[in-house]
Amino acid sequence: MEQIMPATGAFSLIWVLIALPLAGAAVLLLGGRMTNKWGPYLGVLTVVGSAALGVVMLLQMMGLPAEDRSIQQVAYRWVFADGLSVDMAFRLDQLSMVFVLLITIVGSLIHVYSLGYMEHDPDRRKFFGYLNLFVAAMLLLVLANNYLLLYVGWEGVGLASYLLIGFWQVKPSAAAAAKKAFIINRVGDVGLGLAIMVMFVTFGSVTFADVFGQASAASEGTLTAIGLLLLLAACGKSAQFPLQAWLLDAMEGPTPVSALIHAATMVTAGVYLIVRSNAIFDRAVWAATAVVVVGLITVFMGAIIGSAKDDIKKSLAGSTMSQIGYMITAAGLGPIGYVFAIFHLLTHGVFKAGLFLGAGSVMHGMNDGVNMRRYGALRKVMVITTITFFIGYLAIIGIPPFAGFWSKDEIIHAAFEKGPVIGALLILGAGITGFYMSRMVAMTFFGKARWEDDVHPHESKAVMTIPLIILAIGSTVLGMALLFWGHIEEWLEPVTGIATAPSPLSTAATIGISLAFVIVGASIGWIMYLRREVPITAPRGSLLTRAARRDLYGDDVNEVLVVRPSYWLSRVLVWFDRAWVDGFVNGIAAFVGGFSGRLRRYQSGFARSYALSMVGGAVLVVLALLLVRLS
Amino acid sequence: MNTVPWLTILGAVPLVGSAVVALLPKGRDLIAKQVALVFSLATLALTIVVALQFDGGSSQPFQFIESVPWIPAFGISYGLGVDGIGLVLIALAATLVPVVILAGWRDVEDTPDARGSVKGYFALILALETTMIGVFAATDVFLFYVFFEVMLVPTYFLIGRYGGPQRSYAAVKFLLYSLLGGLFMLAAMIGLYVVSAQGGQGTFNWFDLAGMDIDPTTQKMLFLGFFFAFAIKAPLWPFHTWLPDAAGAAKPGTAVLLIGVLDKVGTFGMIRYCLPIFPAASEFYAPVIIALALVGLFYGAFVALGQGDMKRLFAYSSMSHFGLIVLGIFVFTTIGQSGSVVYMVAHGLSTAALFLAAGFLMQRNRGSSLIADYSGVNKAAPVLAGFFLFGALATLALPGLVSFIGEFMVLLGSFQRFLWVGAIATLGIVITAAYALRLYQRTMTGPVGPGLEGIGDLRGREITALMPVVALTILLGLYPAPVLNVVNPAIDNVMSSIGATDPAPVLGSTGTSSEGTEQ
Repeated sequence: MEQIMPATGAFSLIWVLIALPLAGAAVLLLGGRMTNKWGPYLGVLTVVGSAALGVVMLLQMMGLPAEDRSIQQVAYRWVFADGLSVDMAFRLDQLSMVFVLLITIVGSLIHVYSLGYMEHDPDRRKFFGYLNLFVAAMLLLVLANNYLLLYVGWEGVGLASYLLIGFWQVKPSAAAAAKKAFIINRVGDVGLGLAIMVMFVTFGSVTFADVFGQASAASEGTLTAIGLLLLLAACGKSAQFPLQAWLLDAMEGPTPVSALIHAATMVTAGVYLIVRSNAIFDRAVWAATAVVVVGLITVFMGAIIGSAKDDIKKSLAGSTMSQIGYMITAAGLGPIGYVFAIFHLLTHGVFKAGLFLGAGSVMHGMNDGVNMRRYGALRKVMVITTITFFIGYLAIIGIPPFAGFWSKDEIIHAAFEKGPVIGALLILGAGITGFYMSRMVAMTFFGKARWEDDVHPHESKAVMTIPLIILAIGSTVLGMALLFWGHIEEWLEPVTGIATAPSPLSTAATIGISLAFVIVGASIGWIMYLRREVPITAPRGSLLTRAARRDLYGDDVNEVLVVRPSYWLSRVLVWFDRAWVDGFVNGIAAFVGGFSGRLRRYQSGFARSYALSMVGGAVLVVLALLLVRLS
Repeated sequence: MNTVPWLTILGAVPLVGSAVVALLPKGRDLIAKQVALVFSLATLALTIVVALQFDGGSSQPFQFIESVPWIPAFGISYGLGVDGIGLVLIALAATLVPVVILAGWRDVEDTPDARGSVKGYFALILALETTMIGVFAATDVFLFYVFFEVMLVPTYFLIGRYGGPQRSYAAVKFLLYSLLGGLFMLAAMIGLYVVSAQGGQGTFNWFDLAGMDIDPTTQKMLFLGFFFAFAIKAPLWPFHTWLPDAAGAAKPGTAVLLIGVLDKVGTFGMIRYCLPIFPAASEFYAPVIIALALVGLFYGAFVALGQGDMKRLFAYSSMSHFGLIVLGIFVFTTIGQSGSVVYMVAHGLSTAALFLAAGFLMQRNRGSSLIADYSGVNKAAPVLAGFFLFGALATLALPGLVSFIGEFMVLLGSFQRFLWVGAIATLGIVITAAYALRLYQRTMTGPVGPGLEGIGDLRGREITALMPVVALTILLGLYPAPVLNVVNPAIDNVMSSIGATDPAPVLGSTGTSSEGTEQ
């Protein structure tokens, strides 16, 4: 049984990690115009402060023996009633520690970058306020010691995401995208909410310690239910099939948001949730299998969409879906894969943030144009952006020794330990990654310039390029650093457990085959988009390309299955309420009051309405009654 | 026993204020408003004094008890006292009245065809406050009934004299509907008296009635009388159609008091009167009521989704939330019932935030409440849009806000008792988000609509009115203990009076150890 230590030393400041950016958000959002001038800098400082504190905590934690690294800080009793007691309490262990560092360090870089990117936006104070709110909520998500508090962080990041996707809400498309993201995520939230309820009625508690401690005593059916519900939640937040449709639209938000929230941190919360709940998934084979299936489907959906989009941000968004698919798949593998899911999450957080910020730097020089068909030859005018983007490119497609190579390779290797089909599919996915990323780099930085007439691309300012350089360095060394210096496997093992199984392929063979696929995929990409000039208007494309451009019909499916039926039902009920329920009441009033004149006006067909409304109502009640009886 | 009759004083202050305001000479509108505000703030201050003296840990669920014989021949007394439930609802009312007075500072002037004076408007609001305090503090069923009915009078005039175009129709409908419910309650109350008289001296004293053992058949009949009145008040599906009309016709401030506090009398009545006095009947009818609550939850949400009128949308949204509150009461779990009470408070606050922000908006655009008349307000009035969004988020029970605590506890308590009921009710959170955010999207985002470019942003007075509501929503969301500490003991009392016990966790040991103490 795990040991939970009280918070001493720097750990007594765990709450400050969250409070700092939260205070920043409060000052910026409530302070009004007088904070316009210095507000953004305050926003940066609070996150940098949390990052510094996070590093101090890391050092203190490294000084502790592995079994003493789970620190708990209880602030106060939060929600309680007879039999229910949930604290406002935080838990910092090896898993949340790496998240704290990812969130605050990448968050700091993106805050700094935003100083330049949002320089001319009239609402930039609000932007930094929302960004701070996001960091606070994300830290709460990973630091909560129980599922209910995690839920608060979970929705908090969703709110920040909503506010930032819709940051330019004067654009109807941005406002619509924001709403869509929130509502689809709410479907996931139903999963999280219900999972918490099942936990409570099973274990009588919703803290990690109590749930995991008693998990072995619960029936497999219960654990499977919890696992599947958590998976539903993860699908929403991490844009996994079938709740993936919001992420592509989310690119309406400013690019730093896409980098921080929709690439590096928030969208990986689903992976955190599953890995954190390893005690559940380890004992629920079917739930874990479902996780793998969802992950695999999304690996390919994302990669295919990423291959077809001409919008650089949407292509990257497809890539993010796909890469998170890798993490989810790894998380579904169980103890064989948990640590590598987190490993890939960390490297991806760095290189994908770099890629997105690079895309932002490109857009900054291209009058916010996102169409790669109007890019080309940018390597000549944006040297730093090109080099840093190229490093990110090498990292994501998995060329040694760049960061993504190590983490993706570990996942593929672990997948082979579980089953050759999973491993083979992941290798195929790596090949497609090579293709779409090469296509992106070729279309953007190489070939001929296809710029629109009034566009004069230029390199971005130092405040933007320095974060790019730092992230590029991270994309180069982070994989090796975590693996060989940080011993990420040993570090996470006390939280996630670790296991190995014999693999049908040797390590060398796995690396060789996957590298071969990557190189083939990449070569196809380079050849296709460099040999011929890229047409400015997209060719019609194959059936698959056209489907991928429409996000593989994700929106159409939602529209037909959910959105339209809901509005139809809503309209029917509005009419029903006015014509029948209210009509019935007014009708009675008419009878009782003896308003015979009024009655006469309504008389035709009125009796029929009564009858129908009573039947309709009766059916509803009977249905609901059956429901109560059934449980 | 305390010697100071705190509750009587508390109820009397706004009544005195009402009289003072009404007696002011005509034309002194500003003074009338200021006097009204001062009295409402004094009431709030007194409420805080009372609340601080309330002992949540006491073995006495009811405190500040007063009892004076009133009509001894019928066992009627002037009996007051509050448990935690009554206390938080009085606190809600006392908080919202000054907010509404401040928000409605210029309501009458902005209604050119109002049939009443400025001082009349504020005098009515204060009079209404007295009845609200009375109804939550009464411990005599007859006294409760008196407040319950008298309450209709100021409300009727607030809607009928100061409301919008449909005000006469709406006010009459509200009155008739409420009177009908009251009539049933009156009949049941008389029946209850008769039953109590069988054992000797008849009584209306709540403490005696709650301790009586009425035979189940009689319970079932009497229960219905009370329940019908409360179901109309709450309102529960399908007795709801007066609410959209009333809310649509009323001034935003009136609507806030109507939906935020008055409607709570219905759910309060269920938990205070239906359950403890008629435990067997409550159990008997629970499945039907839960079914109605579920239907109402979804029905209200879907109708809200399709509304083209903001005020009506808020009314249907509230109806959906009342479904949730009633559900929490009738699943007979501690968590569900505590959650219901928390949600009553939370809903009062979220209604105030959303309705008042919307009211400020409508005032700036010739009073139109049609969603189609608005677009891109965020560009023209960002602060207003910010409060509006906050109200929408409070409505959809964003975690971190107090509405989430209430909603989640209700869902959890329901799930604990009837797995599928809780699970299905949880689906409601998606539709709630859909209509709340759709409303924001359609009114606040996009290009600025015609005629809206010049609307000013919120002014100091308006922000001052909204801030306390926002602050309480956040603070109680992060730290709900002030509410839970007093509500939980009262709920324990309700639970034991109906003889209900909570289902135990599947794995025996109860999880009161929230700290991970196992080593």
